[in-house]
Amino acid sequence: MTEVKNNSAPQKKKYFKNFLKYRFLLWELIKKNIKLQYRNSILGVFWTFLQPLLTMIVLVLVFGQVFGRNIPGVVNYPTYLLCGRLIYEFYSQATKKAMRSILSNATIVKKVYVPKYIYPLSNVTSTFITFAISLSVLVFVMAYFMIFTDTTMHLTPYVFLAIVPILILFILCIGVGMLLATLEVFFRDIEYLYDVFCMLLFYMTPVFYDINQMHLNHTVKLILMANPLYSIISMFRSCVLFGEMWNWNWFYYALGISVFFLIVGFLAFYKKQDKFILHI
Amino acid sequence: MFGGFYLAVPVISVENVGMMFNLNNEKIDNLKEYIIKMLTGKLHYNEFWALKDINFKVEKGDRLGVMGLNGAGKSTLLKVIAGVMKPTQGTVKVKGVIAPMLELGAGFDPNYTGAENIFLYGATMGYSRKFIQSKYDEIIEFSELNEFIDVPIKNYSSGMKARLGFAIATAVSPEVLILDEVLSVGDAKFKKKSEAKLRGMIDTGITVLFVSHNTEQVRKICNKAIILQKGQIVASGTADEVCNKYTEMIKK
Repeated sequence: MTEVKNNSAPQKKKYFKNFLKYRFLLWELIKKNIKLQYRNSILGVFWTFLQPLLTMIVLVLVFGQVFGRNIPGVVNYPTYLLCGRLIYEFYSQATKKAMRSILSNATIVKKVYVPKYIYPLSNVTSTFITFAISLSVLVFVMAYFMIFTDTTMHLTPYVFLAIVPILILFILCIGVGMLLATLEVFFRDIEYLYDVFCMLLFYMTPVFYDINQMHLNHTVKLILMANPLYSIISMFRSCVLFGEMWNWNWFYYALGISVFFLIVGFLAFYKKQDKFILHI
Repeated sequence: MFGGFYLAVPVISVENVGMMFNLNNEKIDNLKEYIIKMLTGKLHYNEFWALKDINFKVEKGDRLGVMGLNGAGKSTLLKVIAGVMKPTQGTVKVKGVIAPMLELGAGFDPNYTGAENIFLYGATMGYSRKFIQSKYDEIIEFSELNEFIDVPIKNYSSGMKARLGFAIATAVSPEVLILDEVLSVGDAKFKKKSEAKLRGMIDTGITVLFVSHNTEQVRKICNKAIILQKGQIVASGTADEVCNKYTEMIKK
């Protein structure tokens, strides 16, 4: 069998050049996702702020009495909850959108040559931008509690380090997103399975509770801590809520897992992308 | 080695290309079925070669007609050349920018306006925003959609969509143009205009790959042609020769 080469579907070496050529497409798709998200809603982009705020209120109403009272070191339950919820929501939205991205662009992938990774990548990035905007809700809620209540927030320069867990989260989402997008092309069941998995993940992630507050046995605790979102959320809370340096074990673990998923996601995608067209 | 300098450089060279599909009576796209079939040993496919041992070269300025009955592998061949599909065997080399017109408007988003879609579609074809900006007025003028350009595409008629797609695809100056029976776009008036535009592009000396059943069109546009049958080239030569063979083939 002869070597398979194709100039318009370049090999590894030409990947970078090709990426440069298609960076406009990446940008156009990111813009499209953001623009179309709220196009036909009356409140438009305002929903980016309103939605996390409203879900935070719901969660505070539901869980506030039970979990909100005795989280060690937490002076303000709503902000504690909002941190977790914003990060969890970004993860679940970004990976779900990336998962469907190849299938929902099937008409293009079948007709024109485009580097296919552009689709999961643009979906994760556009969700990331919406997430970055929605972080201002956190600023708003924290300011509200500082001004109108006696709550003292531990605001220190460490707050600027919050960018680190966010970037780790971004890497994780791209990796998991690429992997899911690949699986979804071959097995549509993944979509339903992943929905259930995300629900499980929500309860496994300390969004509305704290792991140390629960009386869990050692194994269960370890399982909960193995969740990379636990490390990422904990790092984020250290910086933003507690005004202190994170536990470095969280950093190494979250970064390690995220890079691992990034490599696995890219490899799976790269190996299988030529077969996509036969299955969509 | 130095002899190569004297040879005309082929723009497209297709060598020993084969494209195999795994045909299965039922498409397995869920995990449960896959596992069951795998465990019970029923996971076998029928191999189907849509293209086999395809060899040809297209030199600069050549206009190659690709003919054949339905299911002969014409579209698969064009997709392989356009880089949409990767051949199972063999190599395809293309020099320069390809403008595939396999299906106009494949990159449109229905919720986007015409103007926004121009940039999106252009980017899908790999052009920069700046480049599309420079062609923007030309595209709108050619598509005659001036008053509808800020209306979402979902409210366009299919003719309007095709006109916009055609205008964007032909606004560029590609080195290779791939045409898959797109000559009938819109109403009679626009059809005439689009044909004139294509003719203008072809006359600049670009390389053209043209898929058609219509021998008349092939004679008019192409100087060379091939006939595909069951995934193999059964005839190749000048457009006139091959068209005559094709007419005979159909009569049988």
